[in-house]
Amino acid sequence: MKHPILQEIGRDFIGITEALGSAALLLRSVFFWFFRSGFEAGEIVKQAVKIGVDSLAVTALTSFFTGMVLALQMGSSMRNLFNEPMFIGTMVAFSMLKELGPVMTSIVVAGRAGAVVTAEIGTMQVTEQIDALYTLGTNPTRYLLVPRYIAFMVMLPLLTVFADFLGVVGGCLVGIVKLGVSPSVYLEDILTYLDIADFMHGFLKTFVFAFMIATVSCYKGLSTKGGAEGVGKATTEAVVASMVLVMVLDYFISALLVAVGI
Amino acid sequence: MIEIKNLVKSFPDRCVLDDISADIKEGELFSVIGPSGIGKSTFIKCLIRLLRPDSGRIIVDGQDIASMTNEFALAKVRRSFGYLFQEGALFDSLTVLENVAFGLKYLTDIPGSEYPRVVKEKLALVGLKDVEHLKPAELSVGMKKRVSLARSVAAEPKYMLYDEPTTGLDPVTTGMVKDLILDMREKLKITSIVVTHDLNLALEISSRVAMLYAGEFVEVSEPSRFRQSEHKGVKEFMEISHLSRK
Repeated sequence: MKHPILQEIGRDFIGITEALGSAALLLRSVFFWFFRSGFEAGEIVKQAVKIGVDSLAVTALTSFFTGMVLALQMGSSMRNLFNEPMFIGTMVAFSMLKELGPVMTSIVVAGRAGAVVTAEIGTMQVTEQIDALYTLGTNPTRYLLVPRYIAFMVMLPLLTVFADFLGVVGGCLVGIVKLGVSPSVYLEDILTYLDIADFMHGFLKTFVFAFMIATVSCYKGLSTKGGAEGVGKATTEAVVASMVLVMVLDYFISALLVAVGI
Repeated sequence: MIEIKNLVKSFPDRCVLDDISADIKEGELFSVIGPSGIGKSTFIKCLIRLLRPDSGRIIVDGQDIASMTNEFALAKVRRSFGYLFQEGALFDSLTVLENVAFGLKYLTDIPGSEYPRVVKEKLALVGLKDVEHLKPAELSVGMKKRVSLARSVAAEPKYMLYDEPTTGLDPVTTGMVKDLILDMREKLKITSIVVTHDLNLALEISSRVAMLYAGEFVEVSEPSRFRQSEHKGVKEFMEISHLSRK
């Protein structure tokens, strides 16, 4: 006898398996076209602007204020514990470089650029523009996906470096204005206790996040069905999935990097 | 020549094309008619392998594209086709010039510096001028269709596929599109395949008309003979379309 709950679980399981299979086929196609033909230079630049340059302002604001609030909270905690705001530069830079810089930038990019990519590809899918690409002698993966993958993989790490820097600057500003820490002490705290491995720990993660956001956004866009409503649904699903996966992947990559000593 | 042999295409809920066979000869204007949702677009998408048939053969100039797996070989065969999509399928982010030049870039060896001239020519062919700088959102439905047609024929295809070319158009634009289809066939010697629910259009312009009914071609004949068909599906469709059998 078929139990409705079992049927529901079965349907969900089949759905997830199909989605994973389709995503794997999409990745195969991306790798195939990445190595098999010339790049669409114009499209790559266009996407780099959309994904990277257009995300600069949001990234700047979020990272700058994150650095500021980190310095404020840590400074007041340190003051309560030791009567002095100690190691503010170390703690702000450590948090920004290893975790908050890459994770927050990835979330900003997933929410802004990832949504744009899914909505754009989704609209093209429901209005037959993807089919039109086939009929006009090019492959959608080559023309649409490869440039977006490249743009995400290049721009997200760059944005993260920018976010790390601004976060540290924001922390410094609060250190000077609110906590009475001099810029030289703040900088010395950073240079004494942090090394390049701390920066690399966060920087390396962004490549995995970029690849994941590109895959989720493109996959959701290509699997869009059902007109404007479908585009909205696919975009929401892509953003939610990317954000959750950033958090989940962050733990596992961090664990791996710690295990290998980075 | 396009030979369609025992074409079958199903979706999870139903079989849309059930053992369809037809030969489309060079220079012919072959129309497939039937009510909306019967599988006409599925048929035309199978012809260019935008959809993969479940079984059967589609032989285009001697090459069976139904079973073709090599992406590059498939792309090569697709180069013989132009496709006018139901809603035009113009690229929103590109201007009219870039849209029409798109096929030139990927399907021809014409140098980039020649694109503006060629695009102007193709737009003139569909009765448009001074629209090169506009984006698709700034065009009317009829203009979109004509730009789309200019884009489809820019690379001078051997075969032209029209998916519901007059849907959503007013009578004047419908007449214009009808003339354009005939022009493309006469001026450019393109073999044309039209899928439409507009029986009037099909009977007026086609050399042969096929009726898609319950997944099969129940009648394939010249317009004059088509009108006399005794098949129940054809008769019903003629009545719904308010067309006289004479």
